[in-house]
Order: sequence, then C-alpha cells, then structure tokens
Amino acid sequence: MHATSDRFKSNARERLDDAGLQANLRRFGGGFAERRREAVGRVDDFEALRDRAAAIRTEVLENLDHWLLAFEAAAQARGTRVHWAETGADANRIVLEIARAAGVQRVVKSKSMVSEESGLNEVLESAGLTVTETDLGEYILQLAGEPPSHIIAPAIHKSRDEVSALFAEHHHTPPTRDIPVLCEQAREQLRPRFLAADMGISGGNFLIAETGSVAIVTNEGNGRMVTTLPRVHVAITGIEKVLPSLDDLAAVLRVLPRSATGQDITNYVSVLTGTRDPGASDGPQENHVVLVDNGRARLLGSALHEALRCIRCGACMNHCPVYQNIGGHAYGWVYPGPIGAILTPAYLGLENALDLPQASTLCAACEVVCPVRIPLPELMRVLREESFSRGLRPWHERLSIRLWRWLALPPRLYGVASGVAVRMLRALAGRDGLLHRLPGLDGWTEGRDMPAPQGRTFREQWRQRARRPS
Amino acid sequence: MSDARARILARMSQGLGRPCPDTVARVQREDAPMARQVVHHVADFIARAHALQSTTDRVADMAAVPAAVARYLRTAHLPLQGVMWPQFADLDWVAQGLALEMRAPQSDDRTGVTGCFCAIAETGTLLLHSGVGLSAAASLLPETHVAVVPVARIVTRMEQAFALLRSEVGSVPRALNFISGPSRTADIEQTIVIGAHGPRRVHLIVVDG
Repeated sequence: MHATSDRFKSNARERLDDAGLQANLRRFGGGFAERRREAVGRVDDFEALRDRAAAIRTEVLENLDHWLLAFEAAAQARGTRVHWAETGADANRIVLEIARAAGVQRVVKSKSMVSEESGLNEVLESAGLTVTETDLGEYILQLAGEPPSHIIAPAIHKSRDEVSALFAEHHHTPPTRDIPVLCEQAREQLRPRFLAADMGISGGNFLIAETGSVAIVTNEGNGRMVTTLPRVHVAITGIEKVLPSLDDLAAVLRVLPRSATGQDITNYVSVLTGTRDPGASDGPQENHVVLVDNGRARLLGSALHEALRCIRCGACMNHCPVYQNIGGHAYGWVYPGPIGAILTPAYLGLENALDLPQASTLCAACEVVCPVRIPLPELMRVLREESFSRGLRPWHERLSIRLWRWLALPPRLYGVASGVAVRMLRALAGRDGLLHRLPGLDGWTEGRDMPAPQGRTFREQWRQRARRPS
Repeated sequence: MSDARARILARMSQGLGRPCPDTVARVQREDAPMARQVVHHVADFIARAHALQSTTDRVADMAAVPAAVARYLRTAHLPLQGVMWPQFADLDWVAQGLALEMRAPQSDDRTGVTGCFCAIAETGTLLLHSGVGLSAAASLLPETHVAVVPVARIVTRMEQAFALLRSEVGSVPRALNFISGPSRTADIEQTIVIGAHGPRRVHLIVVDG
C-alpha cells in the first residue's frame, strides 16, 4: 500500500474539515467501546484472561524463531507448502508464482491486513487475474478504490448512502437506505464468485506450531468460503502470529473477539491444516502459507519488541480520542490508531511517519484496553525520544526544547521565569479567568479555552510553608 | 526462497541475542482462567447458543430427530429440501415428508443437516471437523443449517474439545470449524445484519439419549 504517513498533519487537517467523514465518525465510532465493556462485564475475571493472553504472546516472542520452525515442520508434514517473504514485494511475487503454476484465473480473498501492506491485489490484477475482496467492508472499499480505515471494520468511515451509491453504480441496482438489503445485494453478487474461484487467499489470525495450522477468525463466513471451496488456498500472514499450541489458541480467543467487537466468540473460528482429507468432498487440493517479515524480525529484542504481541483486535483505535476524531485514513498506512502510530514508523522508518507517535496525548486509554497489555504510550514515548535524538523533529521544536532546558535546569532562573509567566497569563485572561487566545499558540486555543493559573506558584507556596512554624 | 528464510531467521536470532534453540521448555501454567463459570453443561450451552441467535429444540433420542427437523422447517415456513450428512441415513426422514439427500450441497440447496464433533458450553459453539461424509459446505452454503447435538458431546470449554479431538481422532483433520450462530456482518454503519455469506439460520437439535 502506498504510504502517506509522512503527511500526517495535512492528512488529519483534511479529515477534520471533511464534514461527511466527521458525521460518520461521530455516528459509528462509539459502538465498539460500549460493546467491549458489556462483553468484559459478562466474564468473571477478564483481567486474568488478559494476563494469560499477554503471557502466552510474550513467551512466543522470546523464541519466535523456534516456534516458526516448529510450525513450518508440522505444516510441511501435512502437505502445506511454506514460503518465507522478506518484504511485501517478495510476498506478492510468491503468491503470483503460486497462481501461475496452478493456472489460476479467479481469486477470492478474505480480509488480510498483511496483503494490504504489500498491495497484493494490484500485483495480481496487473498480471491479469480477477481478484474479489469478499469481506463486506473490503468489498465496498474495492468498489470505491479506497484502503481500509480500520483493521476490523474496514469501511467504518462510509455511510449507508455512500455504500448504496457504490452498489447502484456497480450492481445496477436501485439505491436504498435499507442496510439488510445492501448486505443481501453483496451476498448475491459474491456467492457466484466463491463458487467459480480457483484460488482463495486469506490472512491468518494465528499459526499453530503444534499442528502446523492456520487459524482464521471471522463473522461473515467468507473466510470459510475462500478456504473451503477453491482448489488452491494461500494464507498470507506475519511471522509474529505463531502460538505454540491449540490450547494457547483457546486462551487467546477468550480475549480477541471480546476486545474487538464485544462478542464472546466470533461466528466462525476455522483451524486449517494441510490439504483436503482423502475422500472428502471439499477442501483445497493445494495449500500454501506465506510467512511475511516486512520489518517484523528486526523489532525482536528492540525497544519496540512488545508491539509484536499485537493480535489485531482494534481495541486501541476504538478507544483512542485521536482516532475517533480523524479516522483511520489520516494515519496514512495499513494500521491506524495507537498500534499504527508504533507499527508504521517501525516498519516504514521513523522518518516516514514522524508525526504518528506525536498524535497522542498519552492518555493511555489504549493501554488500559489492550488484551495483550502492550504498553502503547510507553512505545510512543520511545519513538518520540528517538525522533528527537536523531534530529528528525523540526528546527523550531528542537529550539524550543533547548530553550526549555536552558530555563528549567537552573532552579532560581526557573522560579523567576515561572512567576513572571503565571502573572502574564493572568493578565492576558478575560474576566472569566479563561484564556481565549494564546499568542503564538493559536492551535491550542482554537477549539478550547485555557483556564488562567490561579493563586501563587507551587514554589512560592512551598517557600511560604517553610517559613511557617510547623 | 531458502535464502530469505535463512536471512529472516538470522535477523530473529540476532535480535534475540542467541542462536535458535532446538527445543524450548514451555512455561507451566495452571488451567486456563475460566471465562464465566459453566454451571450446567446443557443449560448453559443452550442459553449461550440463544445469545448467539441460534435456535434450539430438545428431543429424547435420535429417532425423534427427523420429526424435530420437519417441525422446525414447517414452523419457519422453510423448504423441506436439502442435504444431510450420511451418518443420519438410517433415520426415517421420508415419513416426515423431508427431501434430504446424502451428498455435498450445491449452492441452491436450502437446508444442510449435520452432526457435530462436539459442542462447547462456554460460548454456545459447535465444533465440526472435515472428513469423509462430513461435508464442510453443508454447514456453510445452505441458508439454513440444522445441527444435531447429542448431550453427551457437550463439553465445558474449548480446551476440552481439543483434548477430545486428540484422544478420538489423533491428528487434526484438515478443517476444524467452530460455529457460533448464523453468519453476520456489521460492516455497514455498525448495524448487525444476520446472514452475511453463510447460513441465515442455525437450529440446534439437542438429543438427550
């Protein structure tokens, strides 16, 4: 996917000025958080379930190479062909070679964020293959020619009217505001494509080392279709997705759907191993897994290591006030929200996503809900530090930080300066005690007032107290 | 490709600061923390299946299954046509006026009658696995999926389903499909719509004997 993460500020500004998008974000944004809260309330001890999931993911990453090799051996023993791709481009080439060797014409895809990283569809289409996204949200976006704006609800930024207009244009159906009717139209359009496809491409939520299986978590049933009906199945997934055993899968599944959509379990969980059972009436005759690195391996052991625990539930973005105001596209790459603010600079280079780790007040709502307890604000802070120490921040920001240091290090100078600043702010405030404008810092006061400091400074109070007999 | 594999593995062991180990000891953990205590297998399974918008019926023995299927289809005004897994061949379907064939489904078959490997009380979930006579498409293509669930096959949680699989089947079959209610989507305006690509209805016939 073509990244625009280096233009975050103008992307965000554009989205804030987009009245239609703002209305959609307001209307659809809050549901996830509410449903998660209800789902968490239905279990006895969700915190213990999170601890278990986090511990399993932590344990896997400590020996990720070992578990990947164990997965590979078990998968190969079942006839799965395992491919290793260093980059997204390598992954695309591998999938195209598989398709060509198998004489594939028609491809159906269920949702895969890794294939969004690599821009797989474009590559397959320019090689003359027909590719259909079958997840409803992804299908809508394929018609619209847009990337996803959320990792589990890709078309959350679109209203029913926009979907209806797209369907009317592509399906030649009358426009409708009836959501079930729109879903029915997609079902009718896509059913024949499932049946006619030569190849199904899926993502992989997890790889199971014990059995060499790929586990896929879905609601619509399209994931089952693309892995059951076509004669070739290719799963494309990141190298960090391994779990040692099926029991680990059970443990992690207790937190994934609850954190994502607020479901106790998704409608379908499929654990797929090897090729069609001898004598069975369905299942692919040929089965491949493409393990994609694309920047992941070098995070192991780094300051961002813990980000690899991510199980892609989307809870961090669903609870992020920044995401809720600008939507996913502003982040400019595949993964939006807090996890995107870490993964995008980690995978594409900090210089290509400089403002993403800054796009947070470090309120920590993301960390509070992360099912595998990734310290997201801390990782954003690590990236902020790195961007400063590598001299990547703009000159005026570096200058202000130097000035601040010069002022803050000598205590006496700081005391005098803060005393002056407090009095100046008070003088600038209106009669209501609020600052409506801060000269030079218009951005801060554009949408809100700042209360002027009241009373004495902390240091003045401290001195006064020290003089008073205790 | 083997070069890519070697380079990826080298990056990983470099990051982790040690050569790739041949064996790794797992951390021993107590039984998984329970998501909701399952008090009563059958009652909890049925209650949670309802929460997933599956419907249920309960019959005394296998012989009563065809009548239950017919009752369900007639009450819901659904066609009495479809496919079934061959394990139900001995039951008397014709007497109930049902035209169920023992074959893999076509896209226009209306009902798929399947068994299940086991069912999981914790979430109201069915586990079906692939194999000869166990068409996976039968629980996917028809718009109505009817599953027969013997009470003796209801386990408490997913780990027990895996344990049962290891002891009864050995190696995992090609597909394990955990099914929790009819297919659904919320991709348009976060509005839940039942019947996305898979079945619109899942009806469970719980069999006591």
